[in-house]
Amino acid sequence: MSVSPSSISAVPGPAKDIRISQALGRRRYRINIMVKTLCVLATLLGMVLLGSILLTLVWRGAAGLSLSVFTTVTKPPGSGGGLLNAIVGTLIQTLIGTAVGTPIGLMVGTYLAEYGHNSLLANAVRFVSDVLLSAPSILIGLFVYQLAVEPFGGFSGAAGCIALAILVIPIVVRTTEDMLRLITPSLREAAIGLGAPKWKVIVLICYRAAKDGIVTGVLLAVARIAGETAPLLFTSLGNLNWSISLSQPMASLPLAIYQYAGSAFDDWVQLAWVGALLITFGVLAINIVARLVLRPRK
Amino acid sequence: MSMISESSEGQTASFGSAQARAKVAINPARISIDNLDFYYGDHKALKGIKLNLPDRQVTGMIGPSGCGKSTLLRVLNRMYDLYPGQRATGKVMMDDMNIIDPKVDVNALRARIGMVFQKPTPFPMTIYENIAFGVKLHERLSRSAMDDRVEWSLTRAALWGEVKDRINTSAMGLSGGQQQRLCIARTIAVRPEVILLDEPTSALDPISTLKIEELIDELKHDFTIAIVTHNMQQAARCADQVAFFYLGEMVECAPAVQIFTSPKQKRTQEYVTGRFG
Repeated sequence: MSVSPSSISAVPGPAKDIRISQALGRRRYRINIMVKTLCVLATLLGMVLLGSILLTLVWRGAAGLSLSVFTTVTKPPGSGGGLLNAIVGTLIQTLIGTAVGTPIGLMVGTYLAEYGHNSLLANAVRFVSDVLLSAPSILIGLFVYQLAVEPFGGFSGAAGCIALAILVIPIVVRTTEDMLRLITPSLREAAIGLGAPKWKVIVLICYRAAKDGIVTGVLLAVARIAGETAPLLFTSLGNLNWSISLSQPMASLPLAIYQYAGSAFDDWVQLAWVGALLITFGVLAINIVARLVLRPRK
Repeated sequence: MSMISESSEGQTASFGSAQARAKVAINPARISIDNLDFYYGDHKALKGIKLNLPDRQVTGMIGPSGCGKSTLLRVLNRMYDLYPGQRATGKVMMDDMNIIDPKVDVNALRARIGMVFQKPTPFPMTIYENIAFGVKLHERLSRSAMDDRVEWSLTRAALWGEVKDRINTSAMGLSGGQQQRLCIARTIAVRPEVILLDEPTSALDPISTLKIEELIDELKHDFTIAIVTHNMQQAARCADQVAFFYLGEMVECAPAVQIFTSPKQKRTQEYVTGRFG
């Protein structure tokens, strides 16, 4: 298919000029350098801030890090003590919050992606879920205070779990729906073409295909609630003593940081630094593990 | 292309060559379509289709894009049920059952009428599980019976030799051609009576295409097959009868050799000689 010379001369506009083409090329080059520099600067800024936070945390936190932090509960100022109750409290509340919130979020996300589509109800649910996703978490805390603290006559770990579960739901809803929607219709049709009922297609095929994304969403939710303070202020309150009863106020790392960091006692401030270090590296570890687990296999 | 004509020389008694195929009578219908209309919402995509799919023979469906041939396949196994707004009227008889009757158990129907798609669609699981998934939907088999079924279907799909040592590895690691043969194996493992192939080789290289075409020739001894294709040579090589579709109508249906050498309709002739499409 060679183009004849006559068809080139038929192209409208002035004749091709190599100097214009070169000038345009130089302009692209300059813009490229400029944008690249801005990108690198923005990246550096982010890295420096992050690095400074991490370094400060390690610097200040590591000084107070000792075995007794993990083995003893908080004691009055000046008499030592650790964060055992806060660590265990955070583990319990994060675990239960995730365990309660994930199945609900998974089911709602499945409904939106597989059944509701663009129906009125689905759109309403989607809207509410998105609002919940960006709602200030202190409002969730106040909501649960009305729901599970006042009627039962006191702050409790259970109320904290409920507040955290409510935070988990919209995150899991969004990732589940997004991941299920990414699955090509042909994969669904292939399973349906074999005579599979819809629920089996969803549970056996779609969940499997969307597994990595959904697990990532759950882990993001875990990372989010592990560091939440506001919703716990009005629900589990915090507890300076050892307690793993869900009907009693329960300690947690974010609350310990919140209470100790502003206190007048040096050893409590030190414990706040240790708590911040633990929670940051805990979340970091979750992210790293998630990446390792979800790394595409050959 | 020459490989195929060479391999079929000297076997005039077989179904291999188009010449031999022309002499073979078209079998009685396994599925008989009469006065079928199909709508995507308000758009009428199939108009008064009348067509028989002969028992244990291959029906090729050709025609330009958007002519309704894929739509027809999706009617035959009720795939359109998934999408609200799509509906069919008329008769699509298989034995005494009208396939498009809303009372038909579609899951049981789809076990009898299997489908293979344009793009290979392996499930995100092992090769073994890919086959077992469909079988488990309709049968209760012991582990050893399932093993036999998996081996049987992979052998029939000409894939067993290539995968028997990695049957428990992910199907996503297979090549495109292997994935498509896996999809065919998965379909025949359910032991359907009819197999629908929607442009099964359009995403594959020539060698994989050749393997699938040989496979179709082999499978038609046991299965009634309908294949949609944009490749006229493929229709000529594989099909016993060919139906030409245009703008939602079935223009002409005749033994393959007749469609390509002496079509009755002017539009068919223009299409098969490449004047439009």
